[in-house]
Order: sequence, then C-alpha cells, then structure tokens
Amino acid sequence: MYGTRLRALSIATLLTLAGGFALAAFYAPEDADQGFMQKILYLHVPMAIVALCGFVFGAVCAIQHLRTGASRWDLRSYVAIHMSLIFGAGVLVTGSIWARASWGHWWVWDEPTLVSFLIVFLLYATYQPLRFSIEDRDKQSRYASVFAITAGAFVPLNFLAVRLAQTYTHPRVFATTDGGLEPRMKLAFYVCLLGMALLYATLWKYEMASKNTSAQIKALRRRLAGDEPPGPRRSAAPKLESA
Amino acid sequence: MTAILAADVTLPDNSGYVVAAYLVFLVLLLIYVGIMATKLSRFERELTELNELAEKQPETREAA
Repeated sequence: MYGTRLRALSIATLLTLAGGFALAAFYAPEDADQGFMQKILYLHVPMAIVALCGFVFGAVCAIQHLRTGASRWDLRSYVAIHMSLIFGAGVLVTGSIWARASWGHWWVWDEPTLVSFLIVFLLYATYQPLRFSIEDRDKQSRYASVFAITAGAFVPLNFLAVRLAQTYTHPRVFATTDGGLEPRMKLAFYVCLLGMALLYATLWKYEMASKNTSAQIKALRRRLAGDEPPGPRRSAAPKLESA
Repeated sequence: MTAILAADVTLPDNSGYVVAAYLVFLVLLLIYVGIMATKLSRFERELTELNELAEKQPETREAA
C-alpha cells in the first residue's frame, strides 16, 4: 500500500516548499555579486541534488531487485528513475535560464558541471527505450536493473566534477574557505532542499500508488470477467506480480 | 518575521529570469498533476465498470 500517509506527506511537502521559497524570497539577503538573480539557486540546486540522489536511489532499488528477484523492486527503481528524469529536465531548463541571466548564454559547453549533468541526464534518457526494446519481461527487468546500477555509479562523478572543476564561472558556494553561503541564505537553501526531497518522495509515492492500483484493477477485472491473462505485450513499464 | 515584513518587495529589472525559472517548476508540477488527474479518472471509470460487473455476477450464477 503506497497510498498510506500520502496526505500527510503532501501537506508536509507543500508547507516546507512554500516556506522555503518564502524564506528565499523575503528572508535570505540578495547576493552581492548576482543580486536578485541568485534566487534561482534555491530552486535549481535543490532540484539537481534531489534528481541525482533519485538516480542513486533507483540504483539501490535495482540492486535489491537483482538480489531478491522481486518485481516490486524493479518497479521502485523504474519510478525513481522516471521521477529523477522529470526533475532533471527541470534542472536543465532552470539552469539554462540562470546561465542566460548571469553569463548571457543559454548553455556553456566548457563548464564541467553543466556538461556532466547533461551526460547523466542523457544516459538515463536511454533507460526507457532500453526497456521498451526488450520484449521478454524477465530479461527486460534484469537488464534494466544492471543498467540502473551501472548508470548509478556515474552519478557521483557529477559531484566530483563540481569539486575538480578549475573554472570559477559556475558558483560553488559551500565549504569554501573564504566565505561560503551567508547563514540566512544557508537556512533558506536547506529548507528548499528538504522541500524538494519531500516533493520527490511524494511524487514517487503517488506514482507507485497509481501503478499498484492499476495492477490491482487489471487483476480484479480478470477475476470478475474471467478474462485470460493478456498475451505478451511490449511495454517499458515493469510488470507487477498481481497484474 | 520582522525581517520578512521589512524586506524590500520591489523587484529588480532582471527579475524576469527568476520568475521564468520558478514558472517552469510550477508548469512541470501542473503537467504532472494533470497526468495524475487523467489516471485517476480512468481508475474511477474502470472501478465503476468492475462494480457493474460484480453486481451482474450473482444474477448470472442464480440463472445458471
């Protein structure tokens, strides 16, 4: 049952995210260098961190799937990657807007942070076509799990790229010796990060509940109507045991 | 709270980009909510059909 505690989680997400954005807008001071534009940080960076953590979560679920062979872990991994791709698309669009506002370009190809994130995003964009290309459902779930684990290993590279990058065009404001984020900015940022993580968890649970309900309805229809289970139909979505 | 109330609410010139970024986020969320609403209405329709099917079943059994 993925629908349990969904209401409380949704309310907590709404309150935390609204509170975080309000803190970012009214409480956190304007950046001395970028001014009001820097407010995009409270949206863009938490979304990027949560998207990348979501990919790692997908890899962890895939490991569990290969260990146990239970299809529910494959579904969890599938939904985690699916949600992270949506967040990733948001990161790329908001990042481009920020780049245009501060650097005058929609995209900068010599910036390792941007390019490494795009590589991770494009890598995961092949996840669904990979699934769809394999007709056999057992094979599909196994191969998809191997892919999710392998691609998950690339994600820490994105964090490393930020640290190893020598260029100073992309703002790196945490853990710097000469400055770092101002305490009020830091508070707003952490609340936004928590809100974004809660949003990811809420949407993940919504999607899981939806997939689970759909599988149960199909199973119920077969029992009531006495329909034979449908023949193998090509689909990218994992098959649940009850479906 | 006083800091929030005392904050200058006049938006600077480059606020358009910030508004655009937050709007993208809002639009993505709304699209997702729209997709979930479509799924929910499909579930509701399917459950209604299943309910009708379940109501018909005792009649079929009695007739048999």
